[in-house]
Amino acid sequence: MVDLAISVGTTQNPEAILFWVLAPLTVAAALGMLLVKKAVHSAILMASVMINLAIFYIAQDALFLGIVQIVVYTGAVMMLFLFILMLVGVDSSDSLTETITGLRPIAIVASVGFGGLLISLIGRATLGRSAVGLSEANMNGNVKGLASLLFSTYVWPFEVVSALLITAALGAMVLAHHQRIQTRPTQREMSTARFRGESLANAAGLPGPGVYARHNAVDVPALLPDGTPAANSINATLKARGDMLTSGSFELGKVDTSAEEEK
Amino acid sequence: MDAANYLYLSALLFTIGAVGVVVRRNAIVVFMCIELMLNAANLAFVTFSRINGDLNGQVVAFFTMVVAACEVVVGLAIIVTIYRSRRSASVDDASLLKR
Amino acid sequence: MTTSNSLVYLIALPLLGATILLLAGRRADKWGHLLGTLMSASSFGVGLYQLSQMLSRSNEARPVTQKLFEWISVGTFNVDAGLLLDQLSICFVLLITGVGTLIHIYSISYMSHDHDRRRFFAYLNLFIAAMLLLVLGNSYLNLYVGWEGVGLASYLLIGFWNQKPAYATASKKAFVMNRIGDMGLSFAIMIAFATIGTVSFEGIKEHAHHTSTGALTAIGIMLLVAATGKSAQFPLQAWLGDAMAGPTPVSALIHAATMVTAGVYLITRSNFIFDAAPTAQLLVVIVGAITLLFGALIGTAKDDIKKALAASTMSQIGYMILGAGLGPVGYAFAIMHLLTHGFFKAGMFLGAGSVMHGMNDEVNMRKYGALRKFMPITFVTFGLGYLAILGVPPFAGFYSKDMIIETAFNSGGTKGIILGVVTLLGAGITAFYMTRVMILTFTGKSRWDAEAHPHESPILMWLPMAILAVGSVSSGFLLSRGDALVNWLAPLFEHHGEHEELLAPIVVSGLALAMVAIGVAVAFLKYSRQEVAAVAPENVSVFTKIARQDLMQDSFNEAVFMRPGQLLTSALVKTDEHVIDGAVRGVAQLALGSGSVLRGVQSGFVRSYAALILIGAALLIAAIWVVI
Repeated sequence: MVDLAISVGTTQNPEAILFWVLAPLTVAAALGMLLVKKAVHSAILMASVMINLAIFYIAQDALFLGIVQIVVYTGAVMMLFLFILMLVGVDSSDSLTETITGLRPIAIVASVGFGGLLISLIGRATLGRSAVGLSEANMNGNVKGLASLLFSTYVWPFEVVSALLITAALGAMVLAHHQRIQTRPTQREMSTARFRGESLANAAGLPGPGVYARHNAVDVPALLPDGTPAANSINATLKARGDMLTSGSFELGKVDTSAEEEK
Repeated sequence: MDAANYLYLSALLFTIGAVGVVVRRNAIVVFMCIELMLNAANLAFVTFSRINGDLNGQVVAFFTMVVAACEVVVGLAIIVTIYRSRRSASVDDASLLKR
Repeated sequence: MTTSNSLVYLIALPLLGATILLLAGRRADKWGHLLGTLMSASSFGVGLYQLSQMLSRSNEARPVTQKLFEWISVGTFNVDAGLLLDQLSICFVLLITGVGTLIHIYSISYMSHDHDRRRFFAYLNLFIAAMLLLVLGNSYLNLYVGWEGVGLASYLLIGFWNQKPAYATASKKAFVMNRIGDMGLSFAIMIAFATIGTVSFEGIKEHAHHTSTGALTAIGIMLLVAATGKSAQFPLQAWLGDAMAGPTPVSALIHAATMVTAGVYLITRSNFIFDAAPTAQLLVVIVGAITLLFGALIGTAKDDIKKALAASTMSQIGYMILGAGLGPVGYAFAIMHLLTHGFFKAGMFLGAGSVMHGMNDEVNMRKYGALRKFMPITFVTFGLGYLAILGVPPFAGFYSKDMIIETAFNSGGTKGIILGVVTLLGAGITAFYMTRVMILTFTGKSRWDAEAHPHESPILMWLPMAILAVGSVSSGFLLSRGDALVNWLAPLFEHHGEHEELLAPIVVSGLALAMVAIGVAVAFLKYSRQEVAAVAPENVSVFTKIARQDLMQDSFNEAVFMRPGQLLTSALVKTDEHVIDGAVRGVAQLALGSGSVLRGVQSGFVRSYAALILIGAALLIAAIWVVI
């Protein structure tokens, strides 16, 4: 029996330094993911975890996977996450108070038990033979080695997974697709509706949101000539999401109407 | 340096991901935690590959990535759909099955 | 042993009649009774043909068999649906079809006013077919089919006027009490199968010698139970009186001449079992003796003419059972008495029906009287039957009943003396109550209801009565002339050495006639010399009251079987409601309770499910940790 924990590879010391620097950072980032309130911060921390993992892959002679990790995960998947975050509200922050009674202690106990048992299990585990490095397997280069496996031994799973990927893409499209139940009103119809409506107040179009140079002001209602905020100048989605700011700090002071009265 | 250290790291990351799935309510964060767990598994596969001296572990990690990508695509589409109808991305709000 | 293809027609013809009549419905109303009579008569014709064939053969070749089809074939157990016509069955076949046909003819007229006459004839044909199957079956299993068939026909016919609740109840009572007997027969078949491995008469007869006496006794007792049920013997006798609810031709055919004698047939047919099982045979004799006195005593108190005759039937079958229980010497006399009884009792029942026909269906004899002048033919035929049942020479009963009394006396020892005295006593009581019936019905002053207009019955009714009366007169003489019947049946029974004669035949006859004379004299003194009350007097002795109550047979059954049965059922109902239902509801409550506890786990929050998965995974790793 040979202990699993065995030193492998040639770049022993530099790898150790790399590991001991990056591993705590990775764990800290992963823990931070749990603890920060804003989902977008979680996403940033997640991206850093993934980059660290990519470095670990490369350090372990998995060059191809490391690159794919960065391109696919950090690049594509995390972008997708961020995109969705933007869609559902980038500013919304979660309350971290637990709403389900007793769930948090259960989760902590279970996870400590799970992690502790898993780690102690790895510590106890033994491998039947001495460990070898990948230098031999990567003799013709990591990418070639992987390719020869993928397109020979694993060609059937590879094709199946490609079918899965296409199905997933189709599924996402089906899920995200919104079936119109009415025909989309044309511009002409909308224009007609504005003029035939009850009042002509909106005939010229809805007011735009307030524009203030120092602020992305699509979330601040425009001010009407009398100084009051125009609620309908804000996008309905923002309003529903609660990302609307009050225009109070931008409002004018009391309007001086004395000049008119003098007339 | 022990290659097993990577395995300990993998176990730790996996556990953190699991806790995240349980304690976080935001569906997107939950999803990221699931990704973290998958990545932890990938790390273990890559390490095993190194220990065993063949590339099969890396191939499995590669497949895991593809499947994870599929899962993200579909999962996020579901989140968008739920958000569209419920105006919320909290997994606790989607609890209609209990009644 | 001879085979024949024509036996099946005996059964098939009446069965065809029943099928046609039942399926044709109202369309057959106009001709149904004719078809029924024709089918019965043609079956009788086949029977006569078979008799002539049989007579032309030697003793050994007389039994005829016919295999209809292979019925049951399981491993070594094989039962064919087969028919057996031997010297014993032919007697029954001719009695059933002969008397049956006469009663069919009688019923054409008797039931002419009934809306459902066609249905009545269908049931009669069904009965004939089932009874023929009973006596023709070549195994107990085939016999059992016929046995159940006659039970069904009897049930249907007793309850023919089931629009009256009392009649429907009577049919149900008969059916239920018959079921008890039927259970006995089925048990007997099962025991035979379990111990001997066959249920055919031939097979059991072969194996009877090397079968344990215990098994044979068990079979014999179970057969006796069956016989008591079907033949209304003690202790299953209570249904026969109520069975008189059926139309009178039914009483004459089923409950006097044929079906109720099935028990005698069964015991006689099973002679090889009873001969080898003395305990069972003794029980047969005891049952016969008790019943013959029991029936006779009930007969003395009944005012209902049909019930008096029914009690008499019970008593007379007691004679036959007793005779059959006396072993090889008695079988032939039991059968002879059965045949003569079939004639005279059927004749008397038809006579009673004729009287009722003339008296607006009045059955109370206290409201008859002086009918002799108005119904001369009925009086004469009934009177000839009366003389026959009394055992007055040279009428039929004299030959058959005296032989049974004589055999009883000669059966040896104390048993012989007791049985002889019992049979003599029975003969005396029989004379008393039959004379009472005669006097109350035909002589004395009229005690009719105001609207009664007695008249003689039409020819279709009195002709069968007349034929039966001829039988009552001559059958005994013909059957015993040169021991004709005894020799005819002899090949079927095993012979034993002659018993020593306790009393000479002439002495027995003398004693019997003396008893009869006493009985007749007492009845004369009591009913002819004194005025008969049109309403039954209430201030009578406690014995009379008990006798009117059928010797408390119903009260006994009610107290011993019905009440405990009801208690048992109500206890079972309570057990069912509380224990079994309680257990069932408890299981439901358990499921409900554990469900409501476990429901807490199903919070609907996906995160709590995830937590459960995490716990599960932790436990799994713990398990691996422990195992490795």
